[in-house]
Amino acid sequence: MLRIAVTIVQWLVAVVGAPLLVGVIRKVKARLQGRRGAGVWQPYANLRKLLVKEVVISENTSWVFRLTPYVVIGTMLLAACIVPVLTTAGALQMLDNIILLMYVFLLGTFFLALAGLDAGSSFGGMGSSREMAIAALAEPTIMIAIFAIALRAGSTGLNEMIRRSVTDPLLLLNPGHLLAFFSLFIVAIAETGRLPVDNPATHLELTMIHEAMILEYSGRYLALIEWASAIKLFLFLTLLGNVFFPWGIAVTLQPSAIAIGIVTLPIKMGVLAVSLAVLETGLAKLRLFRVPELLSGSFMLALLAVVSFFFLR
Amino acid sequence: MKLLFRKILTSPVVTEPGAPPPDPGVELLGSAIHDEVRKRFGRSLHIREVDPGSCNGCELEIGGLNGPYYDLERFGLQFVASPRHADCLLVTGPVTRNMADPLKRTYDATPDPKIVIAVGDCAKDCGIFAGGYGVVGPVSAVIPVDVVVSGCPPSPRSILAAILRALQARSPEPAH
Repeated sequence: MLRIAVTIVQWLVAVVGAPLLVGVIRKVKARLQGRRGAGVWQPYANLRKLLVKEVVISENTSWVFRLTPYVVIGTMLLAACIVPVLTTAGALQMLDNIILLMYVFLLGTFFLALAGLDAGSSFGGMGSSREMAIAALAEPTIMIAIFAIALRAGSTGLNEMIRRSVTDPLLLLNPGHLLAFFSLFIVAIAETGRLPVDNPATHLELTMIHEAMILEYSGRYLALIEWASAIKLFLFLTLLGNVFFPWGIAVTLQPSAIAIGIVTLPIKMGVLAVSLAVLETGLAKLRLFRVPELLSGSFMLALLAVVSFFFLR
Repeated sequence: MKLLFRKILTSPVVTEPGAPPPDPGVELLGSAIHDEVRKRFGRSLHIREVDPGSCNGCELEIGGLNGPYYDLERFGLQFVASPRHADCLLVTGPVTRNMADPLKRTYDATPDPKIVIAVGDCAKDCGIFAGGYGVVGPVSAVIPVDVVVSGCPPSPRSILAAILRALQARSPEPAH
């Protein structure tokens, strides 16, 4: 009973807390730019407003366009069940697999790319082709970085990985662990459409990647897609925070352990959110043709992480 | 990068406190926007800038709104890249013949409910371009306009005042 309650709570934290994370990142960025910025609750106001707006749909679109927002939000709601946010002892142990998680993310990306093509506008198609190029470059890196952690844990289950590493006192001295962290961090930036790969605040269609695919959406469809991308960002940061810095996450269902888990999660997410905002303030967007260099660098890091496992075990 | 962060750490927040005072150059026209919707927009309004023939003077002033000094994001206002994401069209300049149809189509592509703000003297009554052979007329000749801002160009302060006034015009509590 407690197990199910905790699982539901951690799912709600990911799903409901995701727009707050986006709000915090925007607020920190505004302060770094010398602006006052919108409040941290602004994304919720945006979503609430979009839900009451009319939906304008191009006459040239097919059912794919109307189905996509539901597929995208559905995959993210499912992904939120898989990622251990507060505890590794959740009720959904049969879903606990990081490879499943990554392909659930990719399913959403795939449908979004289809929808970008569907409306037939030039910018949508351009965004889809770029998103697919980046997804294709990021995927091998993700898999290899995952293998680097999975090899050490002896399992591709996220909960198992965290349970193994939380007891390891020399975790941060392990080069494979750190290399895998940096490689997955770069991939997470690329996958969630942040600087320097994509600029979430851009107005210039020619520089867009993720934004270009959703140019045709309006009203509640747009709300669903924006909410889904906030959840994706939240889950990627949670994954980085919990798999690589597992301290504080509840490994058992004792109330004290869960309380510590609830306290440490905002701290970890806060640190990651502020560092992402500082990084985005200091970096310019990369030229599109240099993105493969960044991602192949990240691939090399992942490969070294795997290699170091065999040398150092 | 080191220099950049030193600069960031030493510069204060330069945004002006509070909302700008009401501007006499702002005119509210008859508008069919419902109170309920206006309240919704009061916290979040996405703006699409449309230029159907402006000299870009107004665009420079609108660009100023994004900067740290006026910082329109603090009111929940935001410029977006697509009319389908927008709640408000900010139209500048007289409507030229080539742009009359795109302006109409932009208006149609914006989901209801929507606000149209005509920025600058040219958008109001064609300004110095009145009677030109390439000019169809002011913005109100092509699409219904809710708010007009005078000035050539109007200052960012009066544009911001116009947007905020449009949002508060019919709200039950007095405008502040």
